[in-house]
Amino acid sequence: MNVRAQICRLPDGRRLHLHDGPIDLIIEAFGLPAEIEHAYAAATDRFVSILDELCAELSFLRRGVTQDSDRPQGIVARKMLAAVQPYAARHFITPMAAVAGAVAEEILGAMLSPGSLSRAYVNNGGDIALHLLSGETFNVGMVERPDRPSLFGTARISGDDLIRGIATSGWRGRSFSLGIADAVTVLADTASAADAAATIIANAVDLADHPGIRRARACDLAPDSDLGERLVTTSVAPLSSNEIRQALDSGIREAELSLTLGLIHSAAIHLQGEIRTVGALAPNALMLSSTSGSLVHA
Amino acid sequence: MADDAIRCDACPVLCYIKPGRTGSCDRYGNVDGQLVRLDPHIVLDRALSRGDSVVPFLQKAKDWDGNLVSGEETFVTAIGAGTTYPDYKPAPFIISSEAAGVDMVTVVTEGIFSYCGLKLKIDTDRHLGAECSTVRAQGEAVGHVTTSEYGSQMLSLGGVRHLTGGSRQEGAVTCETLLNLSNGKAVELEIESGARIIVQANQPPIIEGVREERMRVGCGSATIGMFAKQWFGHVDEVVVVDDHITGVLSEHQAGKLLGVPETGIKLKGRRSTPGRYFRVAEPGTSWGGTNIADPLTILAAFDPKIAWPGLRLLMVSTTGEHFAYFQLDEALRPTQRDLPPKLQLSVERIRENCEPALCTVLFMAGAGGSLRAGVTENPVKLTRSVAGSLTRVTSGGAPVYIWPGGGITFMVDVSRMPENAFGYVPTPALVAPIEFTLKLADYSALGGYVDHVRPLASIHREHDGRKHVTAKPENPWPLAAEKNRP
Repeated sequence: MNVRAQICRLPDGRRLHLHDGPIDLIIEAFGLPAEIEHAYAAATDRFVSILDELCAELSFLRRGVTQDSDRPQGIVARKMLAAVQPYAARHFITPMAAVAGAVAEEILGAMLSPGSLSRAYVNNGGDIALHLLSGETFNVGMVERPDRPSLFGTARISGDDLIRGIATSGWRGRSFSLGIADAVTVLADTASAADAAATIIANAVDLADHPGIRRARACDLAPDSDLGERLVTTSVAPLSSNEIRQALDSGIREAELSLTLGLIHSAAIHLQGEIRTVGALAPNALMLSSTSGSLVHA
Repeated sequence: MADDAIRCDACPVLCYIKPGRTGSCDRYGNVDGQLVRLDPHIVLDRALSRGDSVVPFLQKAKDWDGNLVSGEETFVTAIGAGTTYPDYKPAPFIISSEAAGVDMVTVVTEGIFSYCGLKLKIDTDRHLGAECSTVRAQGEAVGHVTTSEYGSQMLSLGGVRHLTGGSRQEGAVTCETLLNLSNGKAVELEIESGARIIVQANQPPIIEGVREERMRVGCGSATIGMFAKQWFGHVDEVVVVDDHITGVLSEHQAGKLLGVPETGIKLKGRRSTPGRYFRVAEPGTSWGGTNIADPLTILAAFDPKIAWPGLRLLMVSTTGEHFAYFQLDEALRPTQRDLPPKLQLSVERIRENCEPALCTVLFMAGAGGSLRAGVTENPVKLTRSVAGSLTRVTSGGAPVYIWPGGGITFMVDVSRMPENAFGYVPTPALVAPIEFTLKLADYSALGGYVDHVRPLASIHREHDGRKHVTAKPENPWPLAAEKNRP
């Protein structure tokens, strides 16, 4: 049993907060009180060993994936590999691109086995695994700039949709990005799939050789980054509307490909105040941007 | 491995962290080669002597013994508290803390203010732009020039019209400008048909590339007017050198009124009215903003019919930074002498009256009904409680000025708030901390969420994600008794 992990209820008494190293989970379950307690106990049990499991294979998980990469040992590591492998032929990607989603998914899975919750979510720093029975819904807030978390809108996800995972990626977020998107939010079957896709789409939102985009080698910022010597975005100057359109087009092409391959349900791409969406929830997501003016008002 | 990176052993990820960066958790960072815990929730610590603003990792156990939770010495600010919007739920933190024997409640929230803006006071006598001129940032209109005040130019930035009433880009740039200025960052502004300036809270303004150093106490003529009485009897003639208007005591109205006799002094430059001269030299960075190194170069020979040997002459700049004292010899040529102590005092007084030129930034916003509803079930009761001084309002622990009348419209000096106290939402609107502090009994009486009140100690246990910042000594302690407050 590890002594680092912090396990507590948030002040509202409803949500469970699990924290260990870089993993920070906010969990909420809905159902009968006894079932919720059961689910939280199961989440905690599964949680306490998860970081050690991942760290045991960390050097493998930080390496680029190919079609025939070895299978890792841990169940979370396998989820990560499975989530990124569809992209391996066309892109450099490591299993770490899906770590947050895979952890959320694993903890949610542990919670569901003992009882029948009507709804539950595990939010790992914005990468979210969902459980929804048919007829149930979640309203999910969406963030434009992860460095200044604030909602620009909400997406309603129903138990009758197949969406059980949400993830957001962008250069301002916790992880490095090769692209310039402020945020790419993806809805997918699973949290790990959403996590991998958000990373790939955010990387694709880019302009080559633009003087206003500053980049640095990932290893110069974080010596043990899985991105090694690849150039990651460190700042983006204001872009013209043409440039924004060009960068968004590139991201949209990648998102549409993922959509065609059945890897995602929808994606919303944010770049300097402009939003573009693809997929089934697109009309809904577009509505978000148009209502954002009145959504938040003191 | 790069030798300036340090290895964090807080968890098995064992990140190598470069200076100025954080590990993969975003909680531990390398600050000047030391592993430091950097946390989002700020607790103002009343340890005035302690200058650091983060809790070092290795000293964690010592810093976090029971002492910090004693209540009166620690005040939880709203920064990073998060907010619930619309505020149908109680504010994120409602904290009870023992203060002066009464159970105090601080309702901590981060308000989202779409009705908000900044008032800038820029200490300069230079012309920045005409009243009502548009102020632009990154080419977008973000505010306007308001009045000139004594020694300062005032700008109004932001407001709901620029934030949400114009184009999307105008709103985004306005929001960014307000956010950066509020968080103490420098911002470049361009005034229509006026100057290009760089402003930053509590820093000298930079106008057309030139840093403003000190506020003049007045022009040369005004300085004569202010100090004539102090010079009278101790010196026969005074010249206050200034790039705008150079003043001469014996010719000046103030000298005439005191009965200072003529001295036969002759200034170069163009005489405006008696005792006031324009353009005695070219603009520069020396005496009084001119280019002269030797003050005697602005004088022509004294009139031999009027001047007398032994005549005492003081020359001083408008900021008191430059001065020289002379006496006329037999040939009526000024020869430099030591400054007598009486005159030394007057020069020091001029200098003392030239305060550092600063740009000061006040954040102004109104707490809307829904924010107030996060504090109490009956929002208007909070307004009345604030108006009646039962509830104290602070912003990031800093005192605020509450505008009289309805609602809760307040102003706060951003430099008195902790660093990076402000955030934003893409509405666009600013997110600012706001705390309401009142007696628990009063909180209950105004319909507060008493069920949600938690003792301060519990915040510490459950939220070790808090950050300690030292209370600014100039701010009254938010929980101090009213009689101790200025």
